[in-house]
Amino acid sequence: MTARAESIGGSLITPATRALAALVGLAALTILWRLVAGLGATTALNDGYPLGLWIAFDVVTGAALATGGYAIGILVYILNKGRYHPLLRPAVLTSALGYTLAGVGVTLDVGRWWTIWKVPIYFWRWNFNSALLEVALCIMAYIVVLWLRLAPALLDPVTSGSSDRLRRAVATFTSALDRLTIPMVALGLLLATMHQSSLGTLMLLAGSRLHPLWRTPLLPLLFLISCVAMGFAVVVFESALSSVAFKRRPETDMLASLAGMIVPVQAAFVVLRAGDLWWRGMLGQLAARDARAAICVVELAVFLAPVAMLAPVQRRRDLGALVRSSMVLIAGGALFRFDTYLVAFMPGANWSYFPSVPELVVTVGLVAFEVLAYIVLVKTFPILAAEPRVERQAA
Amino acid sequence: MGITRRAALQAMLTAGASAAGVRPAAAAVVPAPPADALGLLYDATLCIGCKTCTVACRDANGLEPDTTASPDRLYNAPVDLSPRAKTVIKLYAKGAVRSYVKAQCMHCVDPACASGCMLGALRKREHGIVTYDPDLCIGCRYCEVACPFGVPKFEFAKAAPKIVKCELCRERLASGKEPACTEVCPRNAVVFGRRAELLTEAKRRIAETPGRYVPKVYGETDGGGTQVLYLSHVPFDTIGLPALGDEPAPQLSRSIQHGVYRGFVAPAALYAALGIVMVRNRRRDDSAR
Amino acid sequence: MTFQCPHPDRESGSFSRRDFVRLCTMAAAAIGLGPAAAERFVEAAERGAKPSVIWLQFQECTGCTESLLRTSHPAVDDLILDLISLDYHETLFAAAGHQAEAALRQAMRANAGKYVCVVEGAIPTKENGIYCMIGGRTALDILKDVGGQAGAVIAIGSCASWGGVPSADPNPTGAVGAHEILRGKAVVNIPGCPANPYNFLGTVLQYATYGTLPALDSDNRPKFAYGQTIHEQCPRRAHFDAGRFAQRYGDEGHRNGYCLYKLGCKGPVTHANCSVQHFGEVDGAWPIGLGHPCFGCTEQRIAFRVPLHTTVDIERPMPPDTYAPIHAAQGRVSPVATGVAGAILGGLAGAGFMASKKLSDDSRPSPPPAPAAERTDAEA
Repeated sequence: MTARAESIGGSLITPATRALAALVGLAALTILWRLVAGLGATTALNDGYPLGLWIAFDVVTGAALATGGYAIGILVYILNKGRYHPLLRPAVLTSALGYTLAGVGVTLDVGRWWTIWKVPIYFWRWNFNSALLEVALCIMAYIVVLWLRLAPALLDPVTSGSSDRLRRAVATFTSALDRLTIPMVALGLLLATMHQSSLGTLMLLAGSRLHPLWRTPLLPLLFLISCVAMGFAVVVFESALSSVAFKRRPETDMLASLAGMIVPVQAAFVVLRAGDLWWRGMLGQLAARDARAAICVVELAVFLAPVAMLAPVQRRRDLGALVRSSMVLIAGGALFRFDTYLVAFMPGANWSYFPSVPELVVTVGLVAFEVLAYIVLVKTFPILAAEPRVERQAA
Repeated sequence: MGITRRAALQAMLTAGASAAGVRPAAAAVVPAPPADALGLLYDATLCIGCKTCTVACRDANGLEPDTTASPDRLYNAPVDLSPRAKTVIKLYAKGAVRSYVKAQCMHCVDPACASGCMLGALRKREHGIVTYDPDLCIGCRYCEVACPFGVPKFEFAKAAPKIVKCELCRERLASGKEPACTEVCPRNAVVFGRRAELLTEAKRRIAETPGRYVPKVYGETDGGGTQVLYLSHVPFDTIGLPALGDEPAPQLSRSIQHGVYRGFVAPAALYAALGIVMVRNRRRDDSAR
Repeated sequence: MTFQCPHPDRESGSFSRRDFVRLCTMAAAAIGLGPAAAERFVEAAERGAKPSVIWLQFQECTGCTESLLRTSHPAVDDLILDLISLDYHETLFAAAGHQAEAALRQAMRANAGKYVCVVEGAIPTKENGIYCMIGGRTALDILKDVGGQAGAVIAIGSCASWGGVPSADPNPTGAVGAHEILRGKAVVNIPGCPANPYNFLGTVLQYATYGTLPALDSDNRPKFAYGQTIHEQCPRRAHFDAGRFAQRYGDEGHRNGYCLYKLGCKGPVTHANCSVQHFGEVDGAWPIGLGHPCFGCTEQRIAFRVPLHTTVDIERPMPPDTYAPIHAAQGRVSPVATGVAGAILGGLAGAGFMASKKLSDDSRPSPPPAPAAERTDAEA
């Protein structure tokens, strides 16, 4: 594994990284302002809409976008498709960054952020009825697992150069990690399954205040399926963009197969979603003349679109088409989550909410940070495959 | 290889199905109100909208005036429950039909807020009062999502915010007094007592003067039952009390969580299944080489 | 029983006992005491146990004295003079000059430690107090002398209580209230411009009859009169609560008798009982009753400091006459944020699609995958 990946090198200061850094800087100042002045001064959140952009996007959608590691992990470790191994490390990196930033997003969003350490520590107070507790604990553990999975890559520079003692310590550490691959990967897959589905369960606590078009016990399953598809889509999107950005040979073969796998998963989602609506007698509601029904229809359409876009096999070899359909799929998954958390939530027609400019700035900044970190890490550490051609490798 | 794949798919489907809660566990037992449950009975037909209760509540709780509806800051005029108003009097007026309504925490028998609270900052304690402990609160506001009555309010305006809601004047109760609002009400429109007795009294009033009331005590079973009961002469949904049905608000979410995680069996099984599949894959690859 | 007026140059009517009892009842009621106290006042007066009162006047307009004398039916000036022994009063005395000074010294000697010293007017302190001198002595010295030997000191009016008009910026004479001169001595303040006579009367009568002073607040003002603000007892309060205000003098609101808050009424921050105890025994004879906002004459921080028509903060807002709706509209959608969000999403989508177009144009069909991998895939 290590032998097959290498840092791609290159200057860290480029117009792109500079632009990203500027966005990050702006967000950092806004975050400081939020910490000092409080949520009321910086966000448009209110008691009618206590969860807003930072939760719906930064945390929930961000976590879904960070399931690349999960999706590829299932492919490689469970379905034993070793040819996708080169995609694994970059996917895990994206996941690690994405989940860490989701964690940052949550910490910023909660009002009493300085007490967040109590959540994993105060085990005698854990309320097992709370889906949110489960999400929080799983994500916290998952972040640890992801960075441990990346540790060998990040410690790679230590293995060349540095003192002997340090090298030996690192070698011991990485070989220990290597021996623990199976339990750790299994734990990661378990944690991801648990919290991605529970992110769906979360909004069910709103009960009658969740619109019937989204209020289904299938919500956890729908969230899980869509996140797997989104994981694949993110990997495709990223890989295609990386190959262009870093001037590497595109891994079109693998991406085409991945795209092929997206189709049935997406189709399964649409079937389940529509089927659930039919089963609960909600199909008629889709024709209602209100905004929520309209958005639900759009949601279904956006989920169906990638199926149509990727159905023709030769289309999957077109990188541009792959990127477009990934984008649409990601948009669909994001829309589904926005809908569940914001659109479907009905505190009363007297409440309004739209993210404020500082909320937007922080969100953009967090994403920019993730992209920036990805670029920096990929250029510095052995993450991307050394050669684009794939060979079967030892698991 | 085929076996591996089947096993893997099976594992995933099990996980998926149980995660979906498609077959939720047998309905969790609906909690009954504690035997010593205390509560309030608010009779909208007696209320004259004097708002003395809001002033007494403010003073008893040491709250700042809520001048939301008074930009010139002349009046204590909350438009809704807020961090500076643990109770508020609202008016429903449509044509000739008028009713005041006193809003505050309903102290549900099975509170959704407590069900979702990660560390139990919101918890049902003595006499069934839903209490709040800021030391266990991280300010996630999940309780605000959960409450069907929109009761918990968050101090968005502060840098060190808390959740604020009526706690039935626990400290006053501890020293033998009754809640501030019921103590000052000049018409006994809101009274305090044991929930069971208040329920009996409410039903008695309906029986004795049937034309005066909508024939239902709101909170008897609504949302699993609440310890703050309402009598009204106008439909309850017009005064902000939603039609909730008898199932407790947190029931669905809780049954999914319990169904999946009861005894951690499903997660452990999934973990084992994943591990087994990976070990098998590794052995297969090792032997293939 | 009839009373003879002690002053030869005054018309004396005979006053019935009933009139006198009525006066005492009013005085007792003013300080919150009941008919029993009124009877004690009467008894004390009939016994001839009249407290000696020495009335000092400094930087003042004599308005407080006039206010006291403006109780007209019956002629209270006479009655008051029979309830108390007014042993020194520069305005009311027929005597003057050395005679008056002699009367003062005699009264002080005869009643040392027992007389009530009433102070009307502020005391200038700049340059050793030369800005007010009587009989060759500064007000400062007189007060220290007379007040120092008094049994009780009552400061009548805002000037004596805290400096009043003479103390308004820039206070060129260094005018201060009596209590600042007589530090360490209990001084009862009866502020007002003028003070309400019944507040004064009640306090003096209580001291004369019971030897005690009424409960005082932190500014040494009797709570029975100064314990509440005008705002709390104002007859126009319902208009305030309902949001009905006079906006300008003479407008419809003003003519309807609406609340004068917007015209700068200081009622919310002024402690006094003018609204329940009118002046001159005429119903409605008090500022707000006549259509002029209260200017806070009893309060040192307000009167002659805060402009007449400047509105004040309400310290403890109370509920208005209006109600919250069942579902109040809350939260707002910022058009700017909407624009920014739209721009971001549009930009991302646009950039993404442009990039993908470029990829489509650039990409060539990849070589067919290696057969071994293909087969493996098909099997897996």
